[in-house]
Amino acid sequence: MEIVLAIAIGVLTGSGVWLLLRPRTFQVIMGLSLLSYAVNLFIFCMGRLSIDQEPVLQAGLPPTLLHYDDPMPQALVLTAIVIGFAMTALFLVVMMASRGLSGTDHVDGKEDELPATDSPAPEKERAA
Amino acid sequence: MSRWTDLLMPHLLLAPILLPMLTGGLMLLMKEEHRRTKLVLNIASTSLGLVIAVALLMWVKRADASASIGVYLPGNWAAPFGIVLALDRLSAMMLLLGSLLGLASIVFAAARWHRAGVHYHPLFQFQLMGLSGAFLTADLFNLFVFFEIMLSASYGLLLHGSGRARVQSGLHYIAINLAASSLFLIGVSMLYGITGTLNMADMAVKIAQVSDADRGMLHAGAAILGVAFLAKAALWPLNFWLVPAYGAATAPVGAVFAIMTKVGVYIVLRLSTLLFGVDAGASAHFGGVWLVVGGLLTLGFGAVGMLGSQRLAHLGGFAVIASSGTLLAATGMGNAGLTAGALYYLFSSTLAASALFLLVDLVERWRNDGASTAAYAQLGDAPYLSADLEPLTEEDFEKDDDVLVGRAIPGAVAFLGLAFMACTLLVAGLPPLSGFIGKFAMLSALFSPAATTPPSTVDATKWAFMAMLIVSGLLALVAFSRAGIRHFWAAQRSTVPRLNLLEGAPVAALLLGCAVITVQAGPVMRYTEATARALHDPRNYIDAVTLARPKSYPTQASEPEKAAARHGGVEKAETP
Repeated sequence: MEIVLAIAIGVLTGSGVWLLLRPRTFQVIMGLSLLSYAVNLFIFCMGRLSIDQEPVLQAGLPPTLLHYDDPMPQALVLTAIVIGFAMTALFLVVMMASRGLSGTDHVDGKEDELPATDSPAPEKERAA
Repeated sequence: MSRWTDLLMPHLLLAPILLPMLTGGLMLLMKEEHRRTKLVLNIASTSLGLVIAVALLMWVKRADASASIGVYLPGNWAAPFGIVLALDRLSAMMLLLGSLLGLASIVFAAARWHRAGVHYHPLFQFQLMGLSGAFLTADLFNLFVFFEIMLSASYGLLLHGSGRARVQSGLHYIAINLAASSLFLIGVSMLYGITGTLNMADMAVKIAQVSDADRGMLHAGAAILGVAFLAKAALWPLNFWLVPAYGAATAPVGAVFAIMTKVGVYIVLRLSTLLFGVDAGASAHFGGVWLVVGGLLTLGFGAVGMLGSQRLAHLGGFAVIASSGTLLAATGMGNAGLTAGALYYLFSSTLAASALFLLVDLVERWRNDGASTAAYAQLGDAPYLSADLEPLTEEDFEKDDDVLVGRAIPGAVAFLGLAFMACTLLVAGLPPLSGFIGKFAMLSALFSPAATTPPSTVDATKWAFMAMLIVSGLLALVAFSRAGIRHFWAAQRSTVPRLNLLEGAPVAALLLGCAVITVQAGPVMRYTEATARALHDPRNYIDAVTLARPKSYPTQASEPEKAAARHGGVEKAETP
């Protein structure tokens, strides 16, 4: 179970970082989302992995972490998810504004100087 | 006032967070047409916040060393389990600094800038709330939450006024900060996984007991957490976002942002002394060398950047970076005397940077006939490149000569010029203003024989620090003098700037603040020395936070069995 989770986190982080370094805003936002998924899973597994153990106290079972799952990382993940979601939404708005103002989805607001192979025809789309 | 403070005291600690939150919430209920009401509300609330910050500072200063730490348990749970807010000398000082900048900024914005977009006032209040929370919290995850409040408000404020430059730099700023927040979470959860606590004071106790097998992991977690803070504190090479963002932000927003990098410095200072102080066993002074090297590189980057920048706003951004680098290097040295000087310098340089951002707006508007950015800035060109390399052909010097003689300097120009000179002295660290005193205090502490130097600092780093501090001051002086000559003496326009009282007063007040801490350098230095001593010997802080007991409920007497069960649970959970 540990190795599966570790690989999942690694793949998500790797893809997230790669996308984050790409020049298009949509790729960046996807990268940030993948990165936040990886981080959420990471926080979750920092409370140690366990099967069939709830973080809810039960009568007769001593209240130590041997018998229960750690509730703390779960609370942290919940907060991190909410905050991450809000931030992604906000980034989306800024991304749209940037697209509208500059007419391109490049993160710098202008296309590279190199001859672009897939020019997105900004004039036409801005008019639309 | 002190009697009132005593009466209110444990609860007054919550006010710097609650007051902006309630004000901001109230403003959200009002429509955008009530901008005037919001402005009045905003200024009133920020002024009240300043009064509270002064009261808290007086309380911390007056109390004797053992009781000078205010602890508040918002959830009424004891330290490692509940959220804790703690007020010590450092937090009180940062709170005061934050509310000073806030008040100056909102008064400046009242003249013009608050009308540039929607929701300026609530965002401003939430920004202040996040700042206060970050200074007051004693819990790592709560720190994350307050950081996010502060950052999300700052995203909105940075975009205030809109425009292509702001949206572009805002996009980069948000992406960087989201990535840094991910690192923050990874670091926090790694530290939680190893020490089993999120409370900073409790973690300081647990770090000495971490087994050697886990120590590498602990250091990795702390380093990842550190990278997140250092990205906010603008350590080179994590600071390329700062200059475009601060340069594009509207002036009052830039003035508040001057303290945002200092939040990163504050938390690095707090955690490095608390978690990796002398009591941390094998982890003592972890990362100190990295901070010194990174700080000096940042200082160099800031100085060279100042020399190379042609826009005044960029000059301000690089000044912020240089001040950040100085502070981080001083933090990394781990020397109490040096920290005292650095705290004094922090206060002075933040006020100066804030004043500079406000001043730049006034100068730019004067030079550009009312537009806040020049035409060349919108095109992304360098303004003076041709002016230096090609002779001016349009000027007729013979004709103008008579007119120039005996012409009085308009009051507004004199004010702008003097304020710019004061900023130059403060940033470059020249006498007689407080920038000089701060740098001098740091250098004298660095070479004082009484200083207890940790083993990590060798003589070479001391000399490097001294050389960098002096050379960067010289470069700043060159850059600012050149900018001053170009903007004030070689001005081709002869229009007299219109100076609004609301815009002049905050600049004057911030510079006056610097003058006050220059004249009162003795008491201020004594305060920062006491702060530094408390930081480098954090036992009082740890004891105050971990020993704070929750208040008993009024109903607890009638339900003894419930209370017993609760305490039983707590005691069992304490022994893992």
